[in-house]
Amino acid sequence: MPVAHGVAAGMGGMRAAGDLVARLQMARGMRLVEAKTYVACKLGVGVRDLSDCVAMQEVRADLGLGRILEGEAPHPFDPSPMEAKANIARLIDLPINSVERLRARGLS
Amino acid sequence: MEPHILTRMADGSLTEMTRSEMRADLEAGVDEAVRRAKVDPLAGDELDHLLDIFASSSRFTAVDIGDEVMLSFDGTGAAQFDRIGGLLLYEQCLASDSLELFHQDYSYKAVKTLVPHEQMAMKEAQERLTIPVHYGSQPDLGRYSEPDGPCPNWSTLLPELRIEEARAAQEQAMDLATADMVHVAEALWEAGADGVNFDTAGAAGDADLLATLRAVETLRARHPDMGIMVGMAAERVLGTHGELEFHSTRVAGQWPAGQQRLVEQAGATIFGPAVNVNTGRSLAWNTSRALALVKPCAAQARVPVHMNVGMGVGGVPMNTVLAVDAVSRVSRATVEILRLDGL
Repeated sequence: MPVAHGVAAGMGGMRAAGDLVARLQMARGMRLVEAKTYVACKLGVGVRDLSDCVAMQEVRADLGLGRILEGEAPHPFDPSPMEAKANIARLIDLPINSVERLRARGLS
Repeated sequence: MEPHILTRMADGSLTEMTRSEMRADLEAGVDEAVRRAKVDPLAGDELDHLLDIFASSSRFTAVDIGDEVMLSFDGTGAAQFDRIGGLLLYEQCLASDSLELFHQDYSYKAVKTLVPHEQMAMKEAQERLTIPVHYGSQPDLGRYSEPDGPCPNWSTLLPELRIEEARAAQEQAMDLATADMVHVAEALWEAGADGVNFDTAGAAGDADLLATLRAVETLRARHPDMGIMVGMAAERVLGTHGELEFHSTRVAGQWPAGQQRLVEQAGATIFGPAVNVNTGRSLAWNTSRALALVKPCAAQARVPVHMNVGMGVGGVPMNTVLAVDAVSRVSRATVEILRLDGL
């Protein structure tokens, strides 16, 4: 079922920019059009690019937002999940709870 | 003679219908929603579009490129993996937009007794995953009644017409449930969760939903940045108490549009309407009925609306093994007719 919904209607998560739009909806209660427009503006891409995995992989690599691990194309110097989330928080101007907790423990 | 199209019943089994029969089923589903909930019917062009989706012979269908929506989940993971491994599978292999960490005993009351372990799991999940991970469980008010809980059992009191005692028992249970939900949610928030999900809210009726709304209101006041999702249990709130109000609005009897106003008022950031399926009717009948019931939400909402389209809700058949032809049709129909924010 999650595969069917994901392929039929999902934004593609980390393959594209679904996780970024999700953060705005969850934390700010932004509706879809507003959240997509906000993220596209912050990333400097078009709204349609947000669910295009080809376009977004380059954007995510350039901005250090984390990428899907691909066995055929390793990227060992990509940021760790916490580093990626810190970059996401800064880029979309949205505090991320786990990043804030890490900072509160004295790490930045 | 009209050709027959393969489609499904809402128990998941294959059946055959003609295009005319399917159109009649779509209209009958809408009529049922209009009659019961006094909502507006779907427009003629919307029914035409639904017929094109459901009468297609293709194995799979999908929204147009660019029309994708955010997917939120309850209960993510896989029985083949440990909990965090299951979340990684959803992130890395299924390309989910967000995830839910949960305990198998899916009840805030149960989770309260082992919340430090859940905090550890959440902390690890946050360190290993990039996409948003919230914590989810059920308000599950029935757990607070005897023999599982400390309160008198209103399900045995009501048939005996001991109405006031039943109401008092539910009010007592509400206070305990609200306190447990707030306790667990704050503990998981301290562990780094991106939010919390109150799943199947209202499953035990109006007291169940009111306990949830009070928890949401408390959490919103204390934690302005917390993501809070409320997913409903059913299309109408049962009046097991009958007199409960949230800010002067009666909770019992609310349909999705009324539920959504209450959830927004409490301070949630995502609302998930649920419409249960009738397994004796077709996929088309159930989906058109669900869409008509939920359509008012999409028009009036101030926060994202993520319709519940899991097993047995929103038109998706009630079966543990779901066919992609059925799920993808519901997925596409829901997004294209309602223009929702997510599923």
